[in-house]
Amino acid sequence: MRDESTVKMRAEKVNFYYGRQQALKDINLDVLSNKVTAIIGPSGCGKSTFIRLLNRMNELVPNTSLTGRILLDDKDILDRSIDAVEIRRRVGMVFQKPNPFPKNIFENISYALEVNGIKDKHYIEDRVIESLQKAALYDEVKTRLHESALKLSGGQQQRLCIARCLSIKPEVLLFDEPCASLDPISTRKIEELILELKKDYTIAIVTHNMQQAARVSDFTGFFLMGELIEFDRTETIFKSPGDKRTEDYITGRFG
Amino acid sequence: MRRNITEKIGFGIVSVCMWITVSFLFLIIFFIAVKGIGVISWEFLTSQPRNAMTAGGVAPAIVGTFYLVVGSMMFAVPLGIATAIYLTEYSPKSYVLNLIRISINNLAGVPSVVFGLFGLAIFVKFLGFGVSIISGSLSLGILVLPLIISAAQEALLAVPQSIREASLAVGASKWQTIKKIVVPAAMPGILTGVILSIGRVAGETAPILFTAATFYIKGYPDSPFSEVMALPYHIYALMTEGSHPEKQTAIAYGCCLILLSLVLIVSGIAIYMRKRERSYHHA
Repeated sequence: MRDESTVKMRAEKVNFYYGRQQALKDINLDVLSNKVTAIIGPSGCGKSTFIRLLNRMNELVPNTSLTGRILLDDKDILDRSIDAVEIRRRVGMVFQKPNPFPKNIFENISYALEVNGIKDKHYIEDRVIESLQKAALYDEVKTRLHESALKLSGGQQQRLCIARCLSIKPEVLLFDEPCASLDPISTRKIEELILELKKDYTIAIVTHNMQQAARVSDFTGFFLMGELIEFDRTETIFKSPGDKRTEDYITGRFG
Repeated sequence: MRRNITEKIGFGIVSVCMWITVSFLFLIIFFIAVKGIGVISWEFLTSQPRNAMTAGGVAPAIVGTFYLVVGSMMFAVPLGIATAIYLTEYSPKSYVLNLIRISINNLAGVPSVVFGLFGLAIFVKFLGFGVSIISGSLSLGILVLPLIISAAQEALLAVPQSIREASLAVGASKWQTIKKIVVPAAMPGILTGVILSIGRVAGETAPILFTAATFYIKGYPDSPFSEVMALPYHIYALMTEGSHPEKQTAIAYGCCLILLSLVLIVSGIAIYMRKRERSYHHA
């Protein structure tokens, strides 16, 4: 099933708790290099919680606890000797709601470079433009790089957030329902972009939109009430799911 | 039918109350303006008092108030903002936080004359700063700290969590996030608080009574350790000391008018900034 690819990230027996409430139960899941891995499931099934573990974003939520291991290139990112800041440089994230900084378009990206210690102005400029191009936004904004990012449309803002993420050259890209607040046309642009980015990055995407998972992903995991019910090639999940609950969800019987 | 009449009476009562309130504000402004405008002139604003406070200008009091405002802000603004950052961004355990919050609220409720006596004991006597700009500035600074802290806290809390996450997700440290994203985004709100506290400091009398103010000095203060004249104290002194009450009263109203204009201008700036901040967030 996964012969032609190598494992980029791996969750091993991951349990996660908000206070006493268990949000994830014994999750084992591999994210393969240069593939798109989709995570689907009804609201509250733990899919966003799971993806936010992959760049240690959930650490910001007070009163949580975690057991198990999460490996990035075979090294446990939860290890105490590893700095969360370092992990987030290697594992980028695009959020559910576009969240550009209240700065201009250029600064939204240059900020990401500057906080990572890059000072050379020319180099920064090149990287900003390159990132905007990769995110298929450059042509739309090249004449107004110094206008507020908040003036862009929702879809443009989301692509700006993708560009910001790409600028620091992460190895893995996490998308947490990136199209949840976007219209169908913007959604299609983001999906095309994801397929394009797959060549250079390992991608994991959480989505409540099953068609989206079917369109963009190579592998799909189905979450239900904190458990990973089934994980397989996307075609298999959608054409011949092995579990009754997966089939019910895919065919729209609940969720 | 009956319900309609009750509603009309109720509405009538609240609107009358509203107009009474508003009329107080306008009465104050009108009254002070009428009584004070007579003495206002370029000379009044820019020259020294003459003839035992019965003629000349009040420039030293204006300058003194300016020094006290600047001094107190230099002390209270960095301290207040830093405290607010600690409380909102590095939230300590909740019971500690509650204790701190209660202390700050209590500080806000302390009568201003207490800050005057405290300043006299600590800054003037114990630290040996004497009756001086620096003692007065520190006393005033403590007085407005709660105001600045709560304004800054509110502004910081209004910064959406999502942009904090965005910053952390590109590998920024927490400190970088606070310094370069959170505080700049909160700046308009923080500045509004600072400006309002400037208005407060400019008008306070009790905290400088024993720590900074004097009825008369020759010329202008030349160091932070000099005594100063200040507008609010000058008004108080004109009305209670001296031997020419009728002339002094006119000058006191002039000072009132200057002080009132100053505070109104400062509040106006704060309102303008808040409006701009709002339109920015909805861009």
